[in-house]
Amino acid sequence: MNPEQTIEVFTAKDLETDQEVRWCPGCGDYAILNSLKKVLPDLGVKRSDMVFVSGIGCSSRLPYYLNTYGMHSIHGRATSIATGLKVSRPELSVWVITGDGDALSIGGNHLIHTLRRNPDINILLFNNQIYGLTKGQFSPTSELGKVTKSSPMGTVDQPFNPLALALGANASFIARTIDRDPKHQQEIYKRAHAHKGCSLVEIYQNCNVFNDGAFEILTDKSTKASNTLLLEHGKPLVFNEGKQGIALRNGVAELVDITKQANSELWIHDENDPIKAYILSRFFEQAEFPTPLGVIYVRSEQATLNDLVQAQLSHSNTAEKTAQFNTLLKGNKSWEV
Amino acid sequence: MQLTGTQFAETSAIFGNDLATFPDFPAEIRAPIGTLPGVSGYQIHIGNSDVYTPGDTYDVLVAMNAAALKTNIKSLKPNGVIIANTEGFDDKNLRLAKISEDQNPLHDGSLAAFKLIDINLTKLTKQALEPFNLGNKDAERCKNMYVLGIVYWLFNRELKHTKDHIQKHFAKNEVLVQANIKALESGYHFGETNEWFSHPIEIAAATYEAGLYRSINGNQATAMGLLGASVKAETPLFLGSYPITPASDILHELSKHKGMDVISFQAEDEIAGICSAIGASYGGRLGITTSSGPGIALKTEAIGLATMLELPLVICNIQRGGPSTGLPTKTEQADLLQALYGRNGESPIVVIAAATPSDCYDKAYMAAKIALEHTVPVMLLSDGFIANGAEPWRIKALEDMPSINSQFICNTSDQTYLPYKRQANFARQHALPGSPGLEHRIGGLEKEHETGNISYDAANHEFMVKMRAAKVAKVADDIPEQTLALGNTNSKALVIGWGSTYGSIHQAIIELNAEGLDLAQLHLSYIQPMPKNIAELIKAFDVVMVAEMNNGQLIKVIRDQFLVDAKGIHKIQGQPFQVQELKASIKQIINA
Repeated sequence: MNPEQTIEVFTAKDLETDQEVRWCPGCGDYAILNSLKKVLPDLGVKRSDMVFVSGIGCSSRLPYYLNTYGMHSIHGRATSIATGLKVSRPELSVWVITGDGDALSIGGNHLIHTLRRNPDINILLFNNQIYGLTKGQFSPTSELGKVTKSSPMGTVDQPFNPLALALGANASFIARTIDRDPKHQQEIYKRAHAHKGCSLVEIYQNCNVFNDGAFEILTDKSTKASNTLLLEHGKPLVFNEGKQGIALRNGVAELVDITKQANSELWIHDENDPIKAYILSRFFEQAEFPTPLGVIYVRSEQATLNDLVQAQLSHSNTAEKTAQFNTLLKGNKSWEV
Repeated sequence: MQLTGTQFAETSAIFGNDLATFPDFPAEIRAPIGTLPGVSGYQIHIGNSDVYTPGDTYDVLVAMNAAALKTNIKSLKPNGVIIANTEGFDDKNLRLAKISEDQNPLHDGSLAAFKLIDINLTKLTKQALEPFNLGNKDAERCKNMYVLGIVYWLFNRELKHTKDHIQKHFAKNEVLVQANIKALESGYHFGETNEWFSHPIEIAAATYEAGLYRSINGNQATAMGLLGASVKAETPLFLGSYPITPASDILHELSKHKGMDVISFQAEDEIAGICSAIGASYGGRLGITTSSGPGIALKTEAIGLATMLELPLVICNIQRGGPSTGLPTKTEQADLLQALYGRNGESPIVVIAAATPSDCYDKAYMAAKIALEHTVPVMLLSDGFIANGAEPWRIKALEDMPSINSQFICNTSDQTYLPYKRQANFARQHALPGSPGLEHRIGGLEKEHETGNISYDAANHEFMVKMRAAKVAKVADDIPEQTLALGNTNSKALVIGWGSTYGSIHQAIIELNAEGLDLAQLHLSYIQPMPKNIAELIKAFDVVMVAEMNNGQLIKVIRDQFLVDAKGIHKIQGQPFQVQELKASIKQIINA
């Protein structure tokens, strides 16, 4: 057996580092870390080929807690660093850990440009709709009117719709998951990894200190079923324990009471349809619709940035390069004295 | 006009003259032709001995219109030659140049002190090109070649190089090839058959050391130095950059060399430019970012990150007039303090300045070598003057350049890999991602000595601050000792300079010493750290002057580090020092 082909077997335990995890007790970040530890050993990638790059914020401490390669960088710039790394070392599995402030506020420019360029990296955006590390200011995803330390009379800023923004930037993979559903998270992380291109995963994450209960409606037993919509490719949009569904009539989504109507008219989820993905992403603003969780959109045929970059390069040995360089240096206008 | 100037420079270089050039053009791409701000000029100084500057004054001025004459006549020597295109002095052009119609300088006697050759270049060119049936615009465009032909006759130059260039440049349009060559030849013959001069001006070839030469400008040389270093170090180059004047030509040049495994990444902004380079450097490439002052300001936080990560990184700052957008196409040396101190916290980096266009090759190479060997960000300072200025250069093959050994590793003989364990030069070894068993995490938070773990420990922070400073200071072990470019330690006074002012200061001191003064020149290339013997050199002088194109920056450093009462000579006009200005200032300071 060729030793190069053996995939190192490792477990969640091997991913632990000697660093003490410093998130607040009860933080949603723990659940995300644990889900990652469960998924990573199953990806068929060596631990040493994984790199986690983060920006600044609570979420961005995550790389310290995973025994892979990692870089905790500066605010908003992880996507740029990851892009430089991925085009340089396309064989690595590169992940970006970021938050709503990091990716959508200070790093908004880099996020949209990274999405349009489509490097084969995975961006995990921990959205807790608040600035946690700086102790409780509103973020670009905080709802209008939110009272925080920096908005005592309520915010006057409209929030970002991260997935609609990503679609606008021509992202090739967008999905949403939530901290309280580890199984769903794991499935989505696997899908993000499998996608050849830039994957953006928005993770609803509870900040139990500064914004507790932001997603309670999606997790509380009494409200979860009627407010979440689990998407599955090729399956009808059904929620509320099978009692309600969503139909698409003339490009407009409508709630359907399945207990009264046949479900043959229901919207069948097609994760490759950008128009439907856009309508799904707008459920965000429409309170009557449930929040979609799952893979909202995938476009797999698009070339990745790293492939396009590598296709333009030629690799030659040092002697060849030296000769090439000396010829280049001489140029076509040199003269002998 | 820039193309015409470049052709004359290249032809003269091949002929064997030493030369220095100074392209001076407006910030606007198509500034209105004929207006005073729209004048695009190309100054070239050729000689049969060492040429250090593009010259203070001209012997020959080619003025294609009234505005060009008006903005440049003040620098023409008495009895100097003016070749003026009369078509550019019609009523419209006079109006654009803000000259009243009854004061046409070609007719009002104001140019009596010069030798005026006023000819209708536009008409002559069109007549010469009649057989080609070109459109009016195409024919008119050839007038620059026509006047270049006249200049070639005037300086007795061969047409071959420019003919070759025309062949290549218009390869897709044979008619334009023939028309431009015809215009060039017609201009040459026009010079020959008119009796303005009894014979052409003869400037013999300079004496050069034997070798292979080329003409090179500072931005080309910078690109070549960086690329050469990456080949030598067996570490492929990654450039993350955002277009900005006057640095973009480095991006253009390096983008051509993907065949040599160069990745050039035109980022969405300056910050992404440097951050992508940091990511590439983390992955084992030679990470480079190029910009000018305003862009460097945006990169500041990321330079701090590279300082903390202790990754190799080269930051090229091709300075221009500031602050803010300032004077994009004009030259200035006002970013030195930004380079040295422009970051939060204690964050020393290595700072190197190139002195001449060709020196950019050596200094860019050294910047990359130091970055890779010392795991430190290095800022290379150049400026618009040497970035665009060209000179003949004896090509240095890669075999003759010093070796480079990066600190990138894929395995270690140590029991455990400690990311921040110090090497003899205080650099750290960086285990590249993809290396089994060396997995580790680094970041912008303060590091614990050796382990690199996050540490808020008080004593450790102080230790690490001093360690990062000591690491930069250690670079002094690997740079040459400072020498005096002119004079010796017994000379009466010292003039210190840095960067692109080398040529002007050098020429000024040569002339002053010829007049009987006894001055020394010290030109700094390595500004942080400085060469080890620098204090000893500076302290040998009672009178120390610092000449720089800013309001006083290196002088602050010199006074701070050596406690000398240095006197400043400053110019902040977007133009390089003139030799005469420097001579006057130096004389004033030393009361000569």
